Amino acid sequence: MDKIIELKGITKSFGETRAIDDVSLDVYDNEFLTLLGPSGCGKTTLLRIIGGFEKPDEGDVIFMGRRINDVPAYKRNVNTVFQRYALFPHLNIFENIAFPLREKKLPESEIRERVDEMLGMVVLRGFEKRSVSSLSGGQQQRVAIARALIAQPRVLLLDEPLAALDLKLRKDMQGELKRIQKATGITFIFVTHDQEEALSMSDTVVVMSSGQIQQIGRPIDIYNEPKNAFVADFIGESNIIDGRMPKDFVCTINGRDFECLDGGFAPGEAVDVVIRPEDVDIVDPAAGQLTGVVSSVTFMGVHYEIIVDVAGFMWMIQTTDYVAEGQTIGICLEPDAIHVMKKSEFSGMFGDYSCFSDEYEEISDPELAAAAEEE
Amino acid sequence: MGRPRGDNAMEKNLIRADRTALAPYTAWAALFIVVPLAFVAYYAFTDASFNFTFENISRFFTATTQTASEDGSVREIRTYIVIFMRSLKLAAISTAVCLVMGYPIAYIMARSDARVQKTLMTVIMIPMWMNFLIRTYAWITILQDTGLINRLLSAVGLSPVHIIGTQTAVVVGMVYDYLPYMILPLYSVMAKMDVKLLEAAQDLGCSGLGVLRRVIWPLSVPGVINGITMVLIPSISTFYISQKLGDGKFFLIGDAIEGQYTANNLHFAAAIAFILMILLLICMGVMRWLTDKKRGGLA
Repeated sequence: MDKIIELKGITKSFGETRAIDDVSLDVYDNEFLTLLGPSGCGKTTLLRIIGGFEKPDEGDVIFMGRRINDVPAYKRNVNTVFQRYALFPHLNIFENIAFPLREKKLPESEIRERVDEMLGMVVLRGFEKRSVSSLSGGQQQRVAIARALIAQPRVLLLDEPLAALDLKLRKDMQGELKRIQKATGITFIFVTHDQEEALSMSDTVVVMSSGQIQQIGRPIDIYNEPKNAFVADFIGESNIIDGRMPKDFVCTINGRDFECLDGGFAPGEAVDVVIRPEDVDIVDPAAGQLTGVVSSVTFMGVHYEIIVDVAGFMWMIQTTDYVAEGQTIGICLEPDAIHVMKKSEFSGMFGDYSCFSDEYEEISDPELAAAAEEE
Repeated sequence: MGRPRGDNAMEKNLIRADRTALAPYTAWAALFIVVPLAFVAYYAFTDASFNFTFENISRFFTATTQTASEDGSVREIRTYIVIFMRSLKLAAISTAVCLVMGYPIAYIMARSDARVQKTLMTVIMIPMWMNFLIRTYAWITILQDTGLINRLLSAVGLSPVHIIGTQTAVVVGMVYDYLPYMILPLYSVMAKMDVKLLEAAQDLGCSGLGVLRRVIWPLSVPGVINGITMVLIPSISTFYISQKLGDGKFFLIGDAIEGQYTANNLHFAAAIAFILMILLLICMGVMRWLTDKKRGGLA
């Protein structure tokens, strides 16, 4: 696969705040790449740098082998789907989609043909004459995608495009976007704070925090092999426990040795141990490698989410078997349930469920949150 | 949207309550806006002994004056029609100048940060706090042959220009007086414009000029129409500026009304005012119709 975009040592500050801190990233042709992180992590700024709306303070943006730092947005072969679509209210749906072609002064017949093709792709034929305000959020979203794709960019940038849609519509649009990406073969760079969205849609996920890339990888690797406590916590639920590696493939938690699949640490090195809630087996206390007392049980539909006090550290466990609050249970961990990470700046900040807070579900833009509520 | 039905009845009650609360204002408006207008109409259609007549109205259209042409021959012109057309011409020029000057100012204001916006707004408003006569006199001292401009010109060794008493001087005065009325409505539409729309246009291939032509301008049309209305109407009926800055050479319809009024010709003054009002109403109606037609595609 060919690199289509290379970011080299990008740094960008707004006043005192460093939004992007020495970020380097390769984007390959035809891939669906997601920039994932909480609000304020710099993912949107990075997207705007690629789009040409912000200039990096340091570093180079390379597009198909050419440095494009000084190329203005309108000359870049890159198009953007904006957060709240940014459709032109003074133009009807046809003219919105035709907008970039009119700028190129293409003949009317070609414009008609290409707009019609786009309308077919986003399933909006018959809406040509409608006004923007008469469309639902999902329909406006599809117009925005059609308008961004009609100029046949090499790369499509999507800035939290689904954040303003309700859950059901969001799921539909996720499938739709994936289908469009496959059908067109255009590279998608997608920005989101929703880890589930990132995992289900992407070929590559880039996890960002405070202006830096924490991890780049396939969704499955990001989930199974998180690099540090931030990634482990941000992607899915994680119990992150202090441990030690007395030797390769053995990990000590709560004074007990567990067989594991990780190695390469200094003997006796302190580590962070990630245990996913769904990987914990509940057994009879006598048969357990560890024991704990169930402190709360929440019914989640498919499973129960229970919080278990294991020697003072609160574990989250997901189980399909019912256990009662106050019950003492045994815990077993298979070697592949244990993932060992080096200590990092994020150690000790995440992964304890003693004060349980849900995943990052915040929407970065307060107006967006209001819009989502209205719909 | 997804509101429960019960709200409808409540809303109606609220509207009724609002109407009751509005009653004093309605009475006030009737007394101070409608009644004077009714008097203008009444005077316009009556003679000195308050008998009904079309005399004043027809005088506006038929009164003639002898005037000497350049070749020395004497021509007869329709006095008030000529005055009206002259007023319209000067008002149109002033409005156009206001638009050309005001549009970029409004745009820069709308795109600056909050502090700069406030400062610019104050700078634009300050002249409006000053008395209209004082402002006009200030312009006399600037524009007259021994005024500020000419002293500056001679200081740098340039030949003086004669501005006072020309059409330019009258236009300068009008533009100075009415520019804020152009800037404010433009600023208010531009400040509401979503920056993302401008970025989207750039993203889709528009250079700076393209963004202006294809997005900023069409979206600012309601502000442009409002601004034109707010400047054109008062500048058509303006008086005094032309007397002072135009050396009385540009007798305008506002001056005519003032002249007839001070000459105690109340009925004819009212008739001119009445006709002017009707013409302006037609003007506004056409503008409204044009905007609605433009908006029709949007709704």
